[in-house]
Amino acid sequence: MALPPASAPARAATPIAPTADATGAAKIPSLAQVVEPSPGALLRRRIRGHWGLIIGGGVLLFIIAVALFAPWLAPHDPLDQDLTNRVVLPIWYDEGTWVHPLGTDQFGRDYLSRLIYGSRISLLIGFAAMLISLLIGTTLGVAAGYFGGRVDMAVNFIITTRLSLPVVLVALAVVSLIGNSLWIVICVLGLLLWDRFAVVMRSTTQQVRNLDYIAAAQATGCSTLRILLSEIMPNIANHLIVVATLEMAHAILLEAALSFLGLGVQPPAPSWGLMIAEAKGYMFFDPWLIGIPGTALFALVMAINLLGDGVRDVTAPEGRN
Amino acid sequence: MLIFALKRLGIAILVAITVSMVTFSLIHLSGDPAMALAGESATQEDIENIRRVYGFDRPIVVQYGAWLGGVLTGDLGYSHYLATDVSTVIFDRLPTTMTLGACALLFALVLSIPLGVLAAMRPNTMIDRLALSIAVVGQALPSFWFALILIFWFGIVWRLLPITGTESWLNYVMPSVALGYYVTPGVMRLTRAGMLEVLSSDYIRTARAKGLRPMSVMFKHALRNAIIPVVSLAAVQFGFMLGGSIVIETIFAINGIGFLAWESIQRGDLAMMQAIVLVLACFYIMLTFLADMLNAFLDPRIRVG
Repeated sequence: MALPPASAPARAATPIAPTADATGAAKIPSLAQVVEPSPGALLRRRIRGHWGLIIGGGVLLFIIAVALFAPWLAPHDPLDQDLTNRVVLPIWYDEGTWVHPLGTDQFGRDYLSRLIYGSRISLLIGFAAMLISLLIGTTLGVAAGYFGGRVDMAVNFIITTRLSLPVVLVALAVVSLIGNSLWIVICVLGLLLWDRFAVVMRSTTQQVRNLDYIAAAQATGCSTLRILLSEIMPNIANHLIVVATLEMAHAILLEAALSFLGLGVQPPAPSWGLMIAEAKGYMFFDPWLIGIPGTALFALVMAINLLGDGVRDVTAPEGRN
Repeated sequence: MLIFALKRLGIAILVAITVSMVTFSLIHLSGDPAMALAGESATQEDIENIRRVYGFDRPIVVQYGAWLGGVLTGDLGYSHYLATDVSTVIFDRLPTTMTLGACALLFALVLSIPLGVLAAMRPNTMIDRLALSIAVVGQALPSFWFALILIFWFGIVWRLLPITGTESWLNYVMPSVALGYYVTPGVMRLTRAGMLEVLSSDYIRTARAKGLRPMSVMFKHALRNAIIPVVSLAAVQFGFMLGGSIVIETIFAINGIGFLAWESIQRGDLAMMQAIVLVLACFYIMLTFLADMLNAFLDPRIRVG
């Protein structure tokens, strides 16, 4: 039997049961096979067995790729109007043509191209708004959890205040007053959606802060900032990722709702929410006009949620019941 | 209990005052309100006029003081667009939204609590997986899109339910479903987790060992304790739903406070906008306060902690 490569203990750990060789005699597992698998290998195995994570991650990667390569993938300009070709039916109807695989909208714009470019808006808004709220919420939450006492009380107060403000209404009101551009929508959503980051980061930091290695870091004279960044943060990062996916999905849904109500991304930009709003009047005869962007929105949000659930299950399996 | 209640009440009032400041400054500091009201074609004279009529020429603190003074005496402001008191219009519309919210919450609870209980009774079986997938799908459905799908099938294709208005209880069916389903995943997961925790506790084992019927153990002993956190979540979600009803009310043209908010935003009716935000926020604060009190009443550990 050839010598196993250096990384073998990690990988060879699966077949612990005695295996039979060609002669039929039972072989006792070698030491390398009994050794505990490395954390990395365990993680890889959990990922491989988790369908939600694989599907969610796969769909999200696909949509990200579509957004990145939009100029090469889109068959037409998403803003090009062609009034002689209005509401061309998609390919699965008898009248559909491959020139416009998903048909055209009421201005004769190619629906597939709009859908492709729309993924950029959803992803950009979801990601940027999530980043802003991550910064605000994590700062507040970690500070509250680590320092406790008055800081905790103050942060709790701010969280309660934020929670009592109706998000959709405040976002709509502010956007209508300041004016709506992509970046204003991003900032407004980012400033409104940090509450879950703060709540979760606060409670996880509270759990971590009384552990021995924090006391050890304090004893060796680490600065508070250093303890927060290099001792606390890595140990709450998996919770952070889970909340980040949830909030990204939330931001995407909210942007779509704002655009649907006419106070988010402005026409003629191909936002999925806006596409649904524009198609609303044609719902009776051409329901596919709202079906297509809605399905895309649903798939994106679902993929992000599945990814978040998967990350939670894989990194903290003991929390699963 | 009394000290606990007073403490919480104090915090609630402080939050309400802070919210009123935030609301006020949101509306007043996001650009010049007079200019926003006057529109693009207005002359300088128009803008000055508006500033004087609305009182925007006064210092911001004085404006806030005047507004808060009015709010405390029940005067939420004057809507120049509708030429009436804001409070009259709001309290006229509030019952519709409350009905919608209550129906939506009822739908959510009726769907999610049994599902959560079933999932906890048979963990990791088909029922559990089904409940979980309903939760996952529910969280990803955009509510306005879901509402449009409901309208298309139930209103247009099958003609089972009316699409707009509030004439009969049938009008509330689709909006309640569209508004309420978003709450179901959270409630279901909490019910399931709570039931699983309670079912593994000692008193359930005792009850089973005594030979009580399984159903009686499940509902009389387990559910009663598992439901406590669900009650406070439901209260909080009710508050969120009132805020979220703006989308649903706009789609179904229901004359509630959410539709009013949307109309006011379209018209640039600042007094109405800030009053609605304040009323909804205060309602939410009241709900969470009541939920806290209920929890403390049911679970003495919270009172002491």
